Amino acid sequence: MKKFLLAFLLMALVAVPVAWAADIVGNITLNGTPPPEVPYTPLMENSDCAAMYTNTPTTHFYVVGPNGGLGDVVVYLKNVTGKSTGASQPPVVLDQKGCLYRPQILAIQTGQKLLVKNSDKCLHNVDVQPTVAGNPKFNQMQTPGSPDLTFTFPQPEMFITFKCDIHPWMFAWVSVMDSPYYCITDKEGKFDIKNVPPGKYVVEADHRKLGALTKDVEVKDSDVTVNFTFNIK
Amino acid sequence: MARRTCRGFPVCKMPENAPVKINRPLHWFAVLTAVFTFVLLGAGGLVTSHNAGMSVPDWPNSYGYNMFLFPPSQWIGGILYEHTHRLIASGVGLMTTILAVWLWLKDPRKWMHWVGVVAFLLVVVQGVLGGLRVVLADAQLGIFHAIIGQLFFVLTCAMALFTSRSWQNLQPGRVDSHLPTVGPGGVARPTETSLRTLVLFTTILIFCQLIIGATMRQQHAGLAIPDFPLAYGKIWPATSAAAVQSYNEHRMNVLAENPITAFQIILQMLHRLVALAIFILAAACAWQARRRLGKKDSLAKLALFWLTLILAQILLGAATIWSNKAADVATAHVLGGALSLVTGALWYIIAFRRSAALPEIAPVKPISGTYGATPAMAVNK
Repeated sequence: MKKFLLAFLLMALVAVPVAWAADIVGNITLNGTPPPEVPYTPLMENSDCAAMYTNTPTTHFYVVGPNGGLGDVVVYLKNVTGKSTGASQPPVVLDQKGCLYRPQILAIQTGQKLLVKNSDKCLHNVDVQPTVAGNPKFNQMQTPGSPDLTFTFPQPEMFITFKCDIHPWMFAWVSVMDSPYYCITDKEGKFDIKNVPPGKYVVEADHRKLGALTKDVEVKDSDVTVNFTFNIK
Repeated sequence: MARRTCRGFPVCKMPENAPVKINRPLHWFAVLTAVFTFVLLGAGGLVTSHNAGMSVPDWPNSYGYNMFLFPPSQWIGGILYEHTHRLIASGVGLMTTILAVWLWLKDPRKWMHWVGVVAFLLVVVQGVLGGLRVVLADAQLGIFHAIIGQLFFVLTCAMALFTSRSWQNLQPGRVDSHLPTVGPGGVARPTETSLRTLVLFTTILIFCQLIIGATMRQQHAGLAIPDFPLAYGKIWPATSAAAVQSYNEHRMNVLAENPITAFQIILQMLHRLVALAIFILAAACAWQARRRLGKKDSLAKLALFWLTLILAQILLGAATIWSNKAADVATAHVLGGALSLVTGALWYIIAFRRSAALPEIAPVKPISGTYGATPAMAVNK
């Protein structure tokens, strides 16, 4: 009976915060007109890569929806550390397809596996260049059809560069979080950070080209809405 | 067994000024080494211009292969530039080793033995630095790699000069038929110290400029300032955090890995200012050389060539910006910098030698076929 009560108590302790948790949702919009995207001209000069396209692909530095929503923004709770659940989370996949990284912006947790695929029929090298101490550098080749490369990072860091030096226009930027409280905005600029425990937080929205914006929020027992507007200067 | 002698001197104790036959094969091999070093600089420039420095992740192997057995079918994209650079570097390393051994065995001048040894050590250090830059993925090492490459090129060109007939004809008491040292009055004259100092200062400034250039190139951030002669439409661009943020928002370069920083903008402005200073100083050198040595003097002509080279180099710098850092144009700019440095360095070395060679003596009849003769020996001969 004592064991049953103890187990019940423990379950209650775990369940209560989850029950009280709420989402932080919002929209991110871009005010102003971004510069036009540019074609991947060097890609089309490489016969292996050009063979996969009929039209020259363009960059996606600014993913802007019809209503001004801004995609590819990393939104996360700043200063929340040591809460990573990465080790128990499924791996995230970064693919090399059509001589481009897909997606170009993504986020994982510390300790979470990142699988890098090569879906192309040509050789790539995966050159990873973190700048925070403790996050190891990698530079490995990946032949077509070879097994996925697996990466993990122990330290939080924003926008770690993944690049291919064989095809020097190929970039991806991976952000590593030390908690599960983050999200990347969709094409319409929407985000939803789920199951945030009650408390006061600083929410940061970080865009690779536009920089970072922050807002203070307090989470109680219901969803909180936070909107950001980036201005292009 | 009779001991080998040379004109009465034991070979092993040959005096510096003893006449020795010119070793033409050695000289041309030294020239060839310098030419290949120049090609190597170009290959290295292409690697950085194409952001291909890390395209072969391992070293000294290439993708696990022995470097020399790496299949050409896999020399694709950035690998082509990086692997070619490694192969040419290996060739230059071998040539430098041969040259050092050759000098040690065949050149009678002891100091040339050590020049060869220094060249050998430098090429080894340079090769290891290049390898470490890849293995450690450290872009800062790339700066040192680029700078030592420039210094090594100067050294190989100097070795080609030191083994040449022209150099030997500048031995004390000699007047050279290839490098006329005769001034307007018909009397051989040394280059004045002030002119030499001016050239030396300009050459050192060019070297500093190459360090700035190497630092800029190893940032892997594309062009920090996209326009020329203005900078972001101004004579001096804003470098506040807000301004830099705005610049980055509008940069749409598919090859630029990193955002630019205020430091990089200031560095490029410094590069422009130093270029202007170098041009003014080179013009002063050309003017002074012509005025003091006469327009027919070889050093006056070399100074004029130097000025032309630096003007071309400035235009190449502008073209690098106007072409949005096109790889071939940017590499040509690197090579122009190397030629500018080596021209200044060789000018100074020749002038120094000439000044030491011509104390207060009247011109003497040139001797061909041998070098190192003292005036007395020349008369005796």
